[in-house]
Amino acid sequence: MKITQQTTENTLTLSLDGELDASSSVLLDTELTKPEVLDYRKVLIDCQRLNYISSAGLGVFISHLQRFQDANVKLVFFNMQEKVHNVFEILGLDTLMTIVPSEAEATAI
Amino acid sequence: MKNAIRISCSRHNLKVVRDFVSTYLAAYDLSDLHLNQIILAVDEVVANLIIHANHEDESQFLELRVTVEQQVFEIEIEDDSVSSYKPSLYREPDLQEHIRTGKKGGVGMTLVNRIMDRVEFTTTGTHNVCRLYKRLA
Repeated sequence: MKITQQTTENTLTLSLDGELDASSSVLLDTELTKPEVLDYRKVLIDCQRLNYISSAGLGVFISHLQRFQDANVKLVFFNMQEKVHNVFEILGLDTLMTIVPSEAEATAI
Repeated sequence: MKNAIRISCSRHNLKVVRDFVSTYLAAYDLSDLHLNQIILAVDEVVANLIIHANHEDESQFLELRVTVEQQVFEIEIEDDSVSSYKPSLYREPDLQEHIRTGKKGGVGMTLVNRIMDRVEFTTTGTHNVCRLYKRLA
């Protein structure tokens, strides 16, 4: 798993590249735990190169969502592959998290 | 084609297991989505056995064996941990509650139960066998 960061004044974009499982999700958790993440109004997760997600990866997002909401930081996923989106759907997480098709739509939120 | 694999209880071997299942099922012309679901269910059970049952003790091993008979995929996952999984204790998670409390785990077996057609756990002494079944067509 490789995580690339891109920032603008209000937005932090994390591009995920690879597979998010019980081994690699530790890296993502470390990134999202950093206090400076809450300085942004939006955290966008670019999932274009995210080829796989297990419950450990989902758990990282689940565990930070309330903290983000309490700090008025929007967490938005975009460019998600169908097979990854399906994993969110199986649990019903697609209705609890903000997932949009494109970066343009993520930016517009 | 290789239909069995033995791995030590390191979470780095999760990728090895996913590749093993993926390679075995390559001959069955499954959709990306269907293939990913089966790989995910196996990954979830193996991760639980490595992390929770065997506490990532790399001197412990899991043995996995896959078959497809009459279009039904079956995988057997064996280990010798003392703390066997008890399906009777399973509860459907409340995701809103998980979000509210910032809970990280507890949804892996939900994925397994929702994806697979049949999930069995048996224990004889300290020998545990998990069997997962999924119709392929």
